[in-house]
Amino acid sequence: MNSYLESTARQRMQAMLDAASFEEFIGSSERIVSPHLAQLNAAVSFDDGVMIGRGKLDGHAIFCAAQEGAFMGGAVGEVHGAKLVGLLRRAVVERPAAVLLLLESGGVRLHEANAGLIAVSEVMRALLDARAAGIPVIVAIGGSNGCFGGMGIVARCANAIIMSEEGRLAMSGPEVIETANGVEEFDSRDRALVWRTSGGKHRYLLGDCQALVADDFDAFRAAILDAMSVYEHQSSALSLSALEQEQAMLKTRLARFGDATDPLQIWEHMGIADARQLPMLEAERFCAQVAPYRLGVA
Amino acid sequence: MEWQTLATALFPQGHGITEDHDFLSGSAQVGTQTVAIIGTTGHTPIGVEIALKQAEAVLHTVRTHPQRPILILVDTQGQRLRHRDEMLGINSYMAHLGKCIDLARREGHKVIALVYDQALSGGFITSGLMADACYALPEATIRVMGLPAMARITKVELDLLVELAKENPVFAPGPENYARMGGVMAIWHEDLAQRLEQALAEADPVDHRSADGYARGGRKLAQPVIDAVLAGRHVLAA
Repeated sequence: MNSYLESTARQRMQAMLDAASFEEFIGSSERIVSPHLAQLNAAVSFDDGVMIGRGKLDGHAIFCAAQEGAFMGGAVGEVHGAKLVGLLRRAVVERPAAVLLLLESGGVRLHEANAGLIAVSEVMRALLDARAAGIPVIVAIGGSNGCFGGMGIVARCANAIIMSEEGRLAMSGPEVIETANGVEEFDSRDRALVWRTSGGKHRYLLGDCQALVADDFDAFRAAILDAMSVYEHQSSALSLSALEQEQAMLKTRLARFGDATDPLQIWEHMGIADARQLPMLEAERFCAQVAPYRLGVA
Repeated sequence: MEWQTLATALFPQGHGITEDHDFLSGSAQVGTQTVAIIGTTGHTPIGVEIALKQAEAVLHTVRTHPQRPILILVDTQGQRLRHRDEMLGINSYMAHLGKCIDLARREGHKVIALVYDQALSGGFITSGLMADACYALPEATIRVMGLPAMARITKVELDLLVELAKENPVFAPGPENYARMGGVMAIWHEDLAQRLEQALAEADPVDHRSADGYARGGRKLAQPVIDAVLAGRHVLAA
């Protein structure tokens, strides 16, 4: 099995890290489950949908978390969120070379909505604390549930995001938007439109992810190591100048593309010839073709 | 509550807050200090534009008024649910706002938030919930979504949710429940000006919410799990 998309969180963790290097914190055997699901007659999971721990990546000591999309869509509840917070806070103490977050999540778990919402904001702050302490945080997105809601925000708080074309990164899912504002607003069954809007290629073109890779572990690993190497010579912390640059980038994006109604119009506006063919290209050829046009390249 | 009414109660010495398309900004006098005010009104949905405006105001404060305290006034129905916002990457705009607030804290600005009307979901997570401490008025509405919508999505009977919500702060909207879980520091019933001055004096850059949620009985597992991960041992559950 070499497909990131088709793997479980546990398989991803094993495949991503060096052989036999993974040590789990609060493993499933401890059976720390959500305290809120039972009263709703909902099934629980012994790891509450996320595994955390430390291991080696190409010899580098790293911390790592992997969300399991098969359990409640990877959604964040009280325990799930606390495991992520604990991991990020421990990273500040133990100082691994990086924290790697393999994210797959629909966002806040509605079964424990209030606790989940607070937990996601705690994850954001813990992540930024880790960055401020000089620990780079790298996110990988390539699971079938995508990375949505609060976790879509958490992802963009990290130093770098690696996505596959199959990965999706956004805030509200198409079904939520269709329910709120009608099928004319966003047809959630139009899969091509859904991928154009939130898929890895569009995110890569806009500068919302730093690498687009094929759906295989070797490609993800190589891109993660690349991203980590940047922070051997550069601070992982937020800075006023970097955020002013981001402000300018987001402002320009709004000014240039704010009138577009389809991502295809954005790609054409960027000057990419034959933009219609972009969804058909495999990752490597796609990256080569769009290199002169892609935005947000520092 | 109208923001003008709120501002009059918060700032008896006067203020220079202006409203522009539901975006609030300006400054006001609190005791002896000048405070930067950034916020939203009219239950506005947070779309890419208003997220960016708030971020710009935070960065401007950090750039031109080092260490000036910031008060975030929260009134939003949540993130805007439009295809255009998603296409433009609304999560990046909201994360950017959250990061700007976090930077302000690290640069020595005290950051206080006040939910004076509505606070929902994504609109709240990158504003009020990124402050050093978030407070609320008693009549404020704070939630992820309403119970009927929650019932539809979770496929749990509405009657059961309504029943559970009476006892369990995890489902029910309302500032008291968020206070029990540590997400809201306290509810301001009266003397708003004095409460604000006190909040600014007590503001602390460390995130104490999981500890508060544990002490107040609203989130009994978050802190023990965090502690267990940190200490590399088993969870000592409550």
